[in-house]
Amino acid sequence: MSDFLNISGLHARIDADGAPKEILRGVDLIIAPGEVHAIMGPNGSGKSTLSYVLAGREDYEVTSGSVSFKGQDLLAMEPEERAAAGVFLAFQAPIELPGVNNANFLRTAVNAVRRARGDAELDAVAFLKTVRAATKKLSMSDEMLKRNVNVGFSGGEKKRNEVLQMTMLQPSLAILDETDSGLDVDALRIVADGVNALRSPTFSALVITHHQRLLDYLNPDRVHVMARGRIVHSGGAELAKEIDVQGYASFLAEAA
Amino acid sequence: MNAIAPVGRSLAPFEARLDGIEDPIRHAAVGELRRVGLPGPRVEAWRYTHLRPLAGHEFREAAASFDADLVGRALDESLPRDGLLASTPRLVLVNGRFAPELSSPANGVALPEGVTFERFLASPEFDALATPEREPLVALNTALAVDGVCLSVAEGVAAGRIVLVSVAFAGDEAASFHPRHSVSLGAGASLELIELAVSSGSGAGAATYFHNPVLTCDVGEGAKLTHVKVQKEAAGATHLATVYANIATRGAYDSFTLGLGADLARHEVHARLSGAKAAVHVNGAQLLGEKQVGDITSVITHAAPDCISRQTIRNVLTDHARGVFQGKVHVHQIAQKTDGYQMNQALLLSPHAEIDAKPELEIYADDVKCSHGATVGALDDEQLFYLRSRGVPEAQARRILVEAFLLEVLDLHEDEAGRALLDTALGAALSLRIGRLQGAGQDAGEASE
Repeated sequence: MSDFLNISGLHARIDADGAPKEILRGVDLIIAPGEVHAIMGPNGSGKSTLSYVLAGREDYEVTSGSVSFKGQDLLAMEPEERAAAGVFLAFQAPIELPGVNNANFLRTAVNAVRRARGDAELDAVAFLKTVRAATKKLSMSDEMLKRNVNVGFSGGEKKRNEVLQMTMLQPSLAILDETDSGLDVDALRIVADGVNALRSPTFSALVITHHQRLLDYLNPDRVHVMARGRIVHSGGAELAKEIDVQGYASFLAEAA
Repeated sequence: MNAIAPVGRSLAPFEARLDGIEDPIRHAAVGELRRVGLPGPRVEAWRYTHLRPLAGHEFREAAASFDADLVGRALDESLPRDGLLASTPRLVLVNGRFAPELSSPANGVALPEGVTFERFLASPEFDALATPEREPLVALNTALAVDGVCLSVAEGVAAGRIVLVSVAFAGDEAASFHPRHSVSLGAGASLELIELAVSSGSGAGAATYFHNPVLTCDVGEGAKLTHVKVQKEAAGATHLATVYANIATRGAYDSFTLGLGADLARHEVHARLSGAKAAVHVNGAQLLGEKQVGDITSVITHAAPDCISRQTIRNVLTDHARGVFQGKVHVHQIAQKTDGYQMNQALLLSPHAEIDAKPELEIYADDVKCSHGATVGALDDEQLFYLRSRGVPEAQARRILVEAFLLEVLDLHEDEAGRALLDTALGAALSLRIGRLQGAGQDAGEASE
């Protein structure tokens, strides 16, 4: 059962001021259903690019390789189709949407995804019930729902808002791009609880992080080290602790 | 003797109706028109908005009789019977003529106490606030005005809301009408004027008519006039409106204009802050497509100290549409401590869409705070991707972002009924120009209050 998420030989580049710059240089990664994987690695190693390519951002050009998700060609799908299929990306820097009410945004997203999955849409009352239960679990104030999406949110509030969206959209693959960066211990705990609450045999997560602390809460099945656009080393949860002590130097030497 | 080439355009579209006018004010206006013609592109105030579409027609006086069913339907569409505005006093004009049978009190809602209403037709008097010698379109109105609505609110009266509706339709021949409205508020009075310009029988082909209203607003000491206007006239229509507002000490003229319709439209405001601590807001939005041209022009004169002026305009332009914003703020020497703000922003959704913005500040006082700015851009790719990554289809994501851009400026208008009208009109225009929303999702915010 290795075709839940299967990334094979993935190369991708971005246009950097007119010159193509290769960022992913042959990523191979297999995630089975129900597993939590972590990717660690130095800045600029391509971790965020991998998350964007998986979510379908158009600025990146995939030059070779493939990604299959639940047996489908993920790279051929529009971003909204990927979301409907179960992919969720928690952004490293969540985008502000001035003039878009957070509750309306959430309901629009939830219903778009439900529609695409063939589920009945939630009416205003059912939606509010669901979202209030979710905000309570995440220790978020309902006041955040009345504000515009991420506008004037603190760093921690933005990250929590991402976790709220993840909770509401019920993905089968959550990609968390440094969702823990800049968070205090309490907020970190909330993010981890948000992921753990979704854990099931049909939910997988790919967690990009610099810190071992989040992984302490998540207890990942596999930890990967990414460097220069490839995964250069993989191991169990203990690898994160190793990196915390030794840094990346030894893995970089290995990759070179 | 060689004649000097006239600066303006030919009066031919109206020539037949300009002869034999005897009233001295109208006669002077005709003289002025004959001297300058209709403004051409060499007139600075009309550099970006060309009146070419008027040429080639001969505009007759619009018919006085109308199909009551069609007009009734247009009214019901614009002011739904179950809506907030159904029980609001209203004054209806059809092709520029007041229609008492469709208006208060005949529709079952009386005009508010303390409000005096007269038809312009009954005793045509031209308000001194208007300056036909400077604005040729106002001269044209002065020459040809037949009817209009004259309202005055007595001192200290909070008159609530009055809806002023213009329903127009095109007959077999090109027609024009030039209503002349005035509103006067006594000291401490208040009124919310909700103005709506629509066409009836739209969809039955392009309407060729020309709507040329003039509204003068005299806002007394400490009085407040709120003015919301929604212009959604049919394709083929030309709408060239001029508003004059004089605002006395501590008075306020708070206006919002939403331009959605007509092939060629201009909303021109001349506001004069003539007493200390007066305030004026000229806010607005335009959502235009196809080959529409929409122009918002303002001239704000600070003629007294400690006054505030605010202008926030947002334009969304698709297809080959063109938006124009001209905003002049003139601060007299006496107008110290003036606080002026002007911002024009445009979202261009097509490579063929265009915005022309011309801010002008003319400041003779030395202790003032005046800022102005303009932005032009396309939809933000990151915002689009964010929405799509949450499962929102691209077309819907675009609409959400366009709507958000416009709602931010609509939020400047606080009256519930006026806002409801703006929202309904904008929603329909968004569906037409940008695409329909899938599913609901619009009432979650209200429900969470």
